[in-house]
Amino acid sequence: MTLIAVTRATLFKDLRLEWRSKDAINSMLFFALLVVVVFSFSFDPNAEESRQIAGGLVWVAFLFAAVVALNQTWARELRNQVLDAYRVSPAPANSLFIAKALGNFIFVAVLEGLMTPLFIMFYQLRSLGPSWQLIPVAGLGTWALVVNGTFFAAMSLRTRSREIMLPLLLFPISIPALLGMVNATTAILTGELSARFWIVLLACYDVVFTIACLLLFELVLQAE
Amino acid sequence: MRPAPVKSSLTTPDLAVISVDGLAKQFGRFAALRGVSAEFAPGRLYVILGDNGAGKTTLLRCLAGLARPTRGTVAVLGQTDVHAVSAQIGYMAHPSLLYDEMSAMENLRYFAGLYDIRDDATCARVIAAVGLDATLARPVAQYSQGMRQRLSLARAILNDPQVLLLDEPFSNVDAHSAREMAGLLTRMRDSGKTILVVTHQASLLKNAADEFVWMEAGKITRRTATLQPMEAQ
Repeated sequence: MTLIAVTRATLFKDLRLEWRSKDAINSMLFFALLVVVVFSFSFDPNAEESRQIAGGLVWVAFLFAAVVALNQTWARELRNQVLDAYRVSPAPANSLFIAKALGNFIFVAVLEGLMTPLFIMFYQLRSLGPSWQLIPVAGLGTWALVVNGTFFAAMSLRTRSREIMLPLLLFPISIPALLGMVNATTAILTGELSARFWIVLLACYDVVFTIACLLLFELVLQAE
Repeated sequence: MRPAPVKSSLTTPDLAVISVDGLAKQFGRFAALRGVSAEFAPGRLYVILGDNGAGKTTLLRCLAGLARPTRGTVAVLGQTDVHAVSAQIGYMAHPSLLYDEMSAMENLRYFAGLYDIRDDATCARVIAAVGLDATLARPVAQYSQGMRQRLSLARAILNDPQVLLLDEPFSNVDAHSAREMAGLLTRMRDSGKTILVVTHQASLLKNAADEFVWMEAGKITRRTATLQPMEAQ
């Protein structure tokens, strides 16, 4: 049994379930849209102010919206206790984790793809730095959110108030990544500083936490 | 001191497929299993009986590797690490363990992949074996409870397991379908599988079962070859 085959099957299954229910995407979109509109009307910033605050605003909106998706993705496995069917099978635990993390990455990336034009429009954003660097920042930042989010969502799966538990676990540990995402985005948008340091920090964060999650996930999966 | 195992009513000892020794399982202060010791021989169909809370489901979960014993050991097919032989175990729980949004075939195709089974023919065969239509495209959410139970059984036997652990397979299943399911289990037993069935409808397996295992308050209290003795009490 290959890790890749089970990962692929689980990922496609999750994408199919999401395509049919649209639970995660709809909740995330609605939440992110609210943030964009409410903040836009609350602050009414000019172009320069927008460049200063947009990094923080965008990533906080994506972080909160991602939490919705992260809870949904595991909630599916709790209905009818389907997770037990995986646990009794010989399939590798890490296949489930990788598939869930990739699935969440796709969901959050879709959200980002749909919301970014709205952010640009509402906040009149125009990058003064090398805008191509926003692509690695988005990729690395999104992975940082979903890899830890997927892990901690699985950890809080059997707790009574998992919707509260996930942010409590996820937000503190995401602070270094969030700093990296916000500062890198602001640096690129304002063009005042180089974003390279923050991009390297994000890459290191991703590597460390991906390895840690992969090493620990089997314990989480088999916990009662 | 560990209690002596309740003796099997069967006279022909075989090398045990499942051995349980001093198995205890605590949930906080509640003891679901209190020193269960038993052996189950290959190619036999065991019916596990007892009132609610007797520890039947917990025993099956321990055997499936889903619950970690607080004390004692479980060995399945000679392995104390149940996950090492998980490819040889089929488990059917009280919930369906199925995705409601997917069809029967989609569900089984996914679970087959977890056992490295790649052909749709196997999925179609087990769906047919439980009396369902493999071409049915509607999602499992639209199935009746009985159909879900049958599909759940199909999922459990998908990997052609040596050991089959079934928790309430006949609940909410109509009488005709339940008899068909019992027939399927009998055929599987005849082909050498070891089957443990937790049920409150023991009469369905009255003729098929090799042994009835009675549980009470987290212990096996007796093992009988027929259903009669306990009923008579």
